Amino acid sequence: MVTSVAELEQPSDSGTADAVAQDAVSAVITVIEPKPGWRTIDFGELWKYRELVYFLTWRDVKVRYKQTVMGAAWAILQPLMTSLVFVILFGKMGGMEVDTTVPYLLFVFAAQIAWQYFATSVSQCGQSLVTSANLISKVYFPRLIVPLASVGAGLVDFLVGVGVLVVLMIAYQFVPPVQIVFLPLFLVGVIVSAVGVGSLLAALTVAYRDFRYVVPFLIQMWMFATPVGYPLNKLTNFLESRGYSRTWELLYFANPMAGMTQGFRWSVLGEPLDMSCLAVSAISACLLLVFGATYFRLVERRFADIV
Amino acid sequence: MSNLAVQVEGIGKQYQLGLREKANQTFREAIIGMASAPLQRLKHLSGRDDAGKFWALRDISFDVPEGEVLGIIGHNGAGKSTLLKILSRITEPTEGRATIHGRVASLLEVGTGFHNELSGRENVYLNGAILGMSKTEIDRKFDEIVDFSGVEKFLDTPIKRYSSGMKVRLAFAVAAHLEPEILIIDEVLAVGDAEFQRKCLGKMQDVATTGRTVLFVSHNMAAVESLCNRAILLESGEVLADDQTGVVVGHYLEKGSNSSLSSIHFGEKDAPSNEHIRVQRVSVAPDEGRSSGIFDLTVPLRVEIEFERMARERRLDVTLHFRTERDIVAFVSTTADRNECPIEWTENRGLAMCHVPANFLNSQQYRVSVLIIRDRSECIMRLDDIVAFDIEDHASRRGRWFGKREGAVSPFLEWNKPCLSTEPMAAK
Repeated sequence: MVTSVAELEQPSDSGTADAVAQDAVSAVITVIEPKPGWRTIDFGELWKYRELVYFLTWRDVKVRYKQTVMGAAWAILQPLMTSLVFVILFGKMGGMEVDTTVPYLLFVFAAQIAWQYFATSVSQCGQSLVTSANLISKVYFPRLIVPLASVGAGLVDFLVGVGVLVVLMIAYQFVPPVQIVFLPLFLVGVIVSAVGVGSLLAALTVAYRDFRYVVPFLIQMWMFATPVGYPLNKLTNFLESRGYSRTWELLYFANPMAGMTQGFRWSVLGEPLDMSCLAVSAISACLLLVFGATYFRLVERRFADIV
Repeated sequence: MSNLAVQVEGIGKQYQLGLREKANQTFREAIIGMASAPLQRLKHLSGRDDAGKFWALRDISFDVPEGEVLGIIGHNGAGKSTLLKILSRITEPTEGRATIHGRVASLLEVGTGFHNELSGRENVYLNGAILGMSKTEIDRKFDEIVDFSGVEKFLDTPIKRYSSGMKVRLAFAVAAHLEPEILIIDEVLAVGDAEFQRKCLGKMQDVATTGRTVLFVSHNMAAVESLCNRAILLESGEVLADDQTGVVVGHYLEKGSNSSLSSIHFGEKDAPSNEHIRVQRVSVAPDEGRSSGIFDLTVPLRVEIEFERMARERRLDVTLHFRTERDIVAFVSTTADRNECPIEWTENRGLAMCHVPANFLNSQQYRVSVLIIRDRSECIMRLDDIVAFDIEDHASRRGRWFGKREGAVSPFLEWNKPCLSTEPMAAK
């Protein structure tokens, strides 16, 4: 069942038979037909539906902390507690604080907010299509909107995290370096990675509910594969001491979140950042987005039938 | 000739049977499945894997001119909903092509996307956006929508505290303010109470008269007849008739009456049963003589329900719904009206008998639904349209009128000369 739908904006001066038959009131012609093959992301259509992305995001944000006693305090507590655990586990017990020039809590927290955003987005994305089953089987809209809205909703928590980071920096009387202006770029990197992985997992979860159990596990593993709780040089030193070449280090950065969390530390705290490593992560993030979205587009035609 | 709004050419939709099962397979099977997916794809491409496929729709073609209200009717499983889903782009066709000229809004359900935790106000915006309204459009119509819904007092209350009626009213208010050029509606009238249905119908009549194109699916023949000038009849995924509404509804009704039984005796295995009740027999028969499925207007009928209770209940009642061919409930009769339940018990076997007087029903088909109620409150068994029978008018008590008489029932009522009373009738 390889089908496709094309929606064409009819140019007002078009001379086709359709345009002649067209009433002046409306200039929209929708052709519904099966069209075999892969489909690219229809950015024009997504743009048309941008308000729906906004409303679904807004809904998710509104609903997230409804009927919780602590409310949005969870957005502060979650990254803070995790960071504190890392500080004790890696910084104190693992003795890694000696390797960093900045306070270890700051060091962890700067990466943690990026990671947390990625992790919540991906896990919300994974469930997103299944929880919106009623929408998908009753209304048409570009399906990619659903995972996009999940990633969008996480942004609010992320911004709260940034606020906490600012407070911590003031508390530690830490002045950020000039490259802090590049922070938004790394945020974009996180979003790209999250949308790529999230849409892939969302599409897979529709067909295979197993991914409900895979996703939390995957995220847990992924966290340890990302330099959130530990400094990167611990890992590079380890690789060097075992005689692994630099290729292995670059390979490690195929995990886009490795590059992005390092980017956060670089721009917020002035930690060193290897540009070739960052490039690997950036390319990997883009590839993930293309792969995730393409797979999503390939299978989305079946969503309404099987969800 | 007016312009075409919708043009459907040879649309077909094939489903893979058992897809849902596949979707819920175990992890191990999923992995194996993923590994073998390319292989199955190859099979699929070579066209050999035809097992378990079925065409929900095949070769559907029709045109809808701008401003026409088209009814789509057919029995359950005929493919009506699939067709609407294809036209509203929710699912995609396997073959064929449809061209739609204009903005489409589809209303396959009232209140799609309502979120229980959000307030009424928030849900208006959310639901509006989902149905395709822009924020400015909703802003502009907000007061009107709230007015129409009649829930302004509770606008800032989460809708999980709403009654179901309030929810439906709010949802319909949003939907009623959509202003697309083409509106696709599925069985929306099936929800809500009678008042709500009237309101819906009224609103739809407004829509129909404003020159918008409407595709309307319903089981409610009365609604279809009053709203649509043309209808198509779907049967097993194909267009069986495409004509003026009256003609098509006629076809539909003919189809319906063939497949009904006026009495059913269940065997040990196929009896409808649950942990409370097992139904053994439902039958409609003349008070005297044998059942043939077609009864004369002038003969009193008797509906019998024989069933078995699994445990001693405090009180069981039987309720009958008599539904006309236009899917209107003509009347309801229940043993619960009586203080002492008129069901005859022999051990755990119960027999309920309902007498339908002569000269009461109209000459048409009636379908009977049986509900068994516990403690006058809880329905523990429901058998929809379990039997059906036709009433015919042989010996005419109808004078010279040979046309079909309107009405769900046609009771032979008392008419007296009012000369005995000096008061006008209205004052009584």
